[in-house]
Amino acid sequence: MNKIIKYIISDIVRNKIVLAYTLFLLAISLTVFNLEDNSAKGILSLLNVILIIVPLVSIVFATIYMYNAAEFIELLVSQPLKRTSLLLSVFSGLAISLLLAFLVGAGLPVLIYSPWRIGLAMITVGMGLTLVFVSLAILASVITRDKAKGMGISILLWFYFSLIYDGIVLFILFQFSDYPLEKASIAFSSLNPIDLGRIVILLKLDVSAMMGYTGAVFKDFFGGRWGTIYSSCIILVWIGAPLSLAIRRFNRKDL
Amino acid sequence: MITASNLNKKFGKLQALDNINLICRKGQTISLIGPNGSGKTTFIKCLLGMVVPDSGHITFNGHDIAGQWGYRSKIGYMPQIGRFPDNMTIAQVFDMLKDIRKKDTTTTDEELSHAFQLDRIMHKRMHTLSGGTRQKVGACLAFLFDPEVLILDEPTAGLDPLSSEILKEKIRKEKEKGKLILITSHVLSELDDIVSEVIYLEDGTMKFHKSIEQLKKDTGEERLAGAIARVMRTTKETNSQPKEHE
Repeated sequence: MNKIIKYIISDIVRNKIVLAYTLFLLAISLTVFNLEDNSAKGILSLLNVILIIVPLVSIVFATIYMYNAAEFIELLVSQPLKRTSLLLSVFSGLAISLLLAFLVGAGLPVLIYSPWRIGLAMITVGMGLTLVFVSLAILASVITRDKAKGMGISILLWFYFSLIYDGIVLFILFQFSDYPLEKASIAFSSLNPIDLGRIVILLKLDVSAMMGYTGAVFKDFFGGRWGTIYSSCIILVWIGAPLSLAIRRFNRKDL
Repeated sequence: MITASNLNKKFGKLQALDNINLICRKGQTISLIGPNGSGKTTFIKCLLGMVVPDSGHITFNGHDIAGQWGYRSKIGYMPQIGRFPDNMTIAQVFDMLKDIRKKDTTTTDEELSHAFQLDRIMHKRMHTLSGGTRQKVGACLAFLFDPEVLILDEPTAGLDPLSSEILKEKIRKEKEKGKLILITSHVLSELDDIVSEVIYLEDGTMKFHKSIEQLKKDTGEERLAGAIARVMRTTKETNSQPKEHE
């Protein structure tokens, strides 16, 4: 298994896109931190960029890579290898290289300019989102054989989690604004890893006071140690569930 | 060595394999023959676990292969269309597979890659290679680990006469060692002197499994090509007369 991961990583590293992604993140984070005199403001601006860019690049790159590696996977399936470990190796290879890119591109500047709890939370969220969206990409590309369709599913998933979902939640909150929805909004936030990441960071920034009563409920729920454990578990589920679905599908797939 | 029982596979509405039962023994050289789309490649892919059958079992050395993978270290497979990772060089593909299968075999059989003179183009990337050269790489990979079973899907289809002669010589040599060899091919005359058994597939069903002497005797033809042509003609007639085939 480790051997395959090694081949995939060496293949991805030769790919210029991951390098470009790293440099892009690096440029953005350095710019943001140098523009703001207050590192908390810098984190806030960087947060918004990272919540858009990291999921998008992770899911699109991983999907394209999966389709381009179709021959590679086909070749290895006829070899004495377990399919589960083959797919896990592809996942690990993709995840490790994208995590490295994120750590160098965004992790380093954050650690330099804001090396406190909030900075660490930011890096954890970024890493978690990378893993979630690589896992979703693997699922999308295993489900369909057609490259265009797979890319479509991936981009739609990203679009859904970044924009559509928030729209739906806002709509529900407005429609039912007469009812106490604070508890429900916690549940809503668990259904979207990007939202969850945003909430975790915002609470660490102590701007929850600006979010009204819901903010107070969030602060109460996510602020403590249990909140951190809860949100970590939710992110782990978001990584594990698509991946295990993909493995089940892949084990029965005809190549 | 390999047995298939009641093997069924459907692709959508198409019945690619319809209740296939067969037994392949060590030392046999079996030719899988049938018109295009008769299920030859699907059957081979089932053997390798690349296609998962809907029902039925395949056993390898007495063990069911469903969900297994270790048995593939005893198989060398040459695909019909060699699809390799585009941006790896030939040497890298060889090294990777050696790396993956290292623990199973200590010595590798690189006779074929020397005979094909692949040594000189080891540094070329796979996407720059011609179809025939890819075919050669596929063949070399199949023989590389000196496997007990060789599965060759259209081995000589894209090769020039010289190379296909080299490959046939190699197949003959492996046959002498008493290996089980499964070959699918359209170019029937080529197989005349190598093959010991013939399996004939049509529309996913196995029409017969005979030794070559038996087949020649039954059809009264001297050459394999003639015998097969006769069989194809007769099955066509029996198919078209009683029921509407189209």
